[in-house]
Amino acid sequence: MTQLEIDIPKLDKEGISLKSVSLWQITWRRLFRRKSAIVGMVILGILIFIALTAQWIAPYDPIRSMLDVKGYPVKPVKRSSPCVYVFGCPQDKPQHIMGLDGNNRDEFSRLLYGARLSLMIGLTTVTFAIIVGTVLGALSGYFGGWIDNLIMRTMDVLLAFPSLLLAIAIVTVLGPGLQNALLAIGIVSIPAYARVVRASVLSVREMEYVSATRALGGDTIQILFRRILPNALTPLIVQGTLGIATAILDAAALSFLGLGAQPPTPEWGSMLGGERNQVFTAPHLVFFPGIAIALTVLSFNLLGDGLRDALDPRLAHVS
Amino acid sequence: MIQYILRRLFLSIPVLVGILLVTFAMARLIPGDPCRAMLGEKATKAICDRWMREKGLDKPIHIQFGVYIADMARGDFGESLQYGKPATRLLVERLPMTVELSFAALLLSVLVGIPLGIISAVKHNSWVDVLTMMWANMGVSMPVFWLGLMLAYVFSLLLKDTPFWLPPSGRVSPGIPNDPFYEIWGMTVPEAGLGLSLLQFLARLNILNSILTANWKLLKDSITHLILPAMALGTIPMALIARMARSSMLEVLGQDYIRTARAKGLTSRTVILKHAFRNSLLPIVTVIGLSLGSLLGGAVLTETIFGLAGVGRTLYDAITARDYGIVQAFTVVIAFFFVLLNLLVDLSYAYLDPRIRLE
Repeated sequence: MTQLEIDIPKLDKEGISLKSVSLWQITWRRLFRRKSAIVGMVILGILIFIALTAQWIAPYDPIRSMLDVKGYPVKPVKRSSPCVYVFGCPQDKPQHIMGLDGNNRDEFSRLLYGARLSLMIGLTTVTFAIIVGTVLGALSGYFGGWIDNLIMRTMDVLLAFPSLLLAIAIVTVLGPGLQNALLAIGIVSIPAYARVVRASVLSVREMEYVSATRALGGDTIQILFRRILPNALTPLIVQGTLGIATAILDAAALSFLGLGAQPPTPEWGSMLGGERNQVFTAPHLVFFPGIAIALTVLSFNLLGDGLRDALDPRLAHVS
Repeated sequence: MIQYILRRLFLSIPVLVGILLVTFAMARLIPGDPCRAMLGEKATKAICDRWMREKGLDKPIHIQFGVYIADMARGDFGESLQYGKPATRLLVERLPMTVELSFAALLLSVLVGIPLGIISAVKHNSWVDVLTMMWANMGVSMPVFWLGLMLAYVFSLLLKDTPFWLPPSGRVSPGIPNDPFYEIWGMTVPEAGLGLSLLQFLARLNILNSILTANWKLLKDSITHLILPAMALGTIPMALIARMARSSMLEVLGQDYIRTARAKGLTSRTVILKHAFRNSLLPIVTVIGLSLGSLLGGAVLTETIFGLAGVGRTLYDAITARDYGIVQAFTVVIAFFFVLLNLLVDLSYAYLDPRIRLE
């Protein structure tokens, strides 16, 4: 018989557990058994490294034109193709791995700095949406009645609009700009989290241990935060990781349409949008930012899927 | 079943009212002065006051809302400030484009996504499965606008002078006759009203119109123009559908009744298509329903890239131009459409799974 791979803690002679294993240890172990989740974590790790070290590893200033760079050996050519020495580009030309953009800036440096923005966008919007969504979902699930109806019907209305269209409309009301785009994407992602939290609250609200806390004189805040909300943590983590992917895509779309980050900010969506009419003459300016967005989104998607499988209670203790 | 439908209809009323409220508020909240946006920066105060009075924009906000609801109920969606014609007319002109595009994208994603999902579930862990899932993971992660531009680059530039060349923009090539079918058939057309709008709407669905008028040149041309946008727009839903079809099939294939079906000697084909696939449909239908929303949102981007005058692009232009009429009319129509689709998805659940009807 083959040995089953099971996460049950080691038992001693009397059948008493020697060491307890926490949910996080189990999750962590399971996550490392999935190839796709590892790929996701590796890509994400590289992105975080780039984001943290952009100012040291970028060869040029992301917003300065080559015309203004002192000691630049030749006259820069706008939107010139990538020049990489190992691929046979003559040594007397300055190296630009991803070419120059429409303003003679180094595309590669801009791309590296863009990692910072994209990760920041994903994290801030999702954090905002999780906080607001958790409060709304918790109120809705815990109190029920008209509060529940009011909150959840409002969420239904928000969900009745395609999310990108709603985000566009909100940005138009607030005015274009990165901050407003972040707020808009945050707002349109609230319903997903509110629903997740409400469902978790409903599932445990009537449990004995909650009644026990109430009988012992625990106040509402304590019951909600100590007894009920921890149950919503795992679905929120999964939803949040996948939500970062969506947020990054939507933010890039808004910037692409000119409603998000404004030039000369090195944001991938706006870099791509600014050069979209040059796709036939300078495809590298469209290709590279798009690949960067896709890889970032991919890493969060893979990680989120891996987390979902690892945290699934139906698979508890068995991988 | 009828009771179920009625209950679902009743439940969507508050959402519809909410949608009206949100679109109205949104249109009024768009910053800037609609008069100066329309008549130019040099319009004097007197001219603007008269213009606002004519459009009813000088009344208190709650009265404007009342008028708005009353107009909506009569099927009057207001007038486009920008184009100076009723918003419904514009809708008749622009909606067919988006309907054709979304339909083509959905068709592509269902026809490719479901078979891919089934094959990778049946051949679990084979190279087909691994490749499909890798591709599906990348598919959901690609930005629509990037995919669209890259497709245009590959098919319109790199494949130029090959049979695979596809046009990078536009709906039909100029110079191809495109007369509406009702004129060619010599129908007596109503002067105005809903009948005319409906006929015009149908005639603007290029593919339908070209079939009805046996205009094969137009049919070929409009299909070739639709392929790239549909591929760009359909890739994300396709990947989602393939993933869901696979996981749903895998779950069903592990059930006891599948083993029974195999044990009694049914062919593999019957087991997979009749016994497994039908029972795995419910989650797949859910994903199809959900991806319709991303189709409508993605249509803004796809229409922008491929230069198509559809609803998404028009709405985006209207928002930037503060064209209240269009913003209200188009968002309301899109949101109502969306609610209707969700309703249809729910009803299809009840059809596919009789247990839901009885809840």
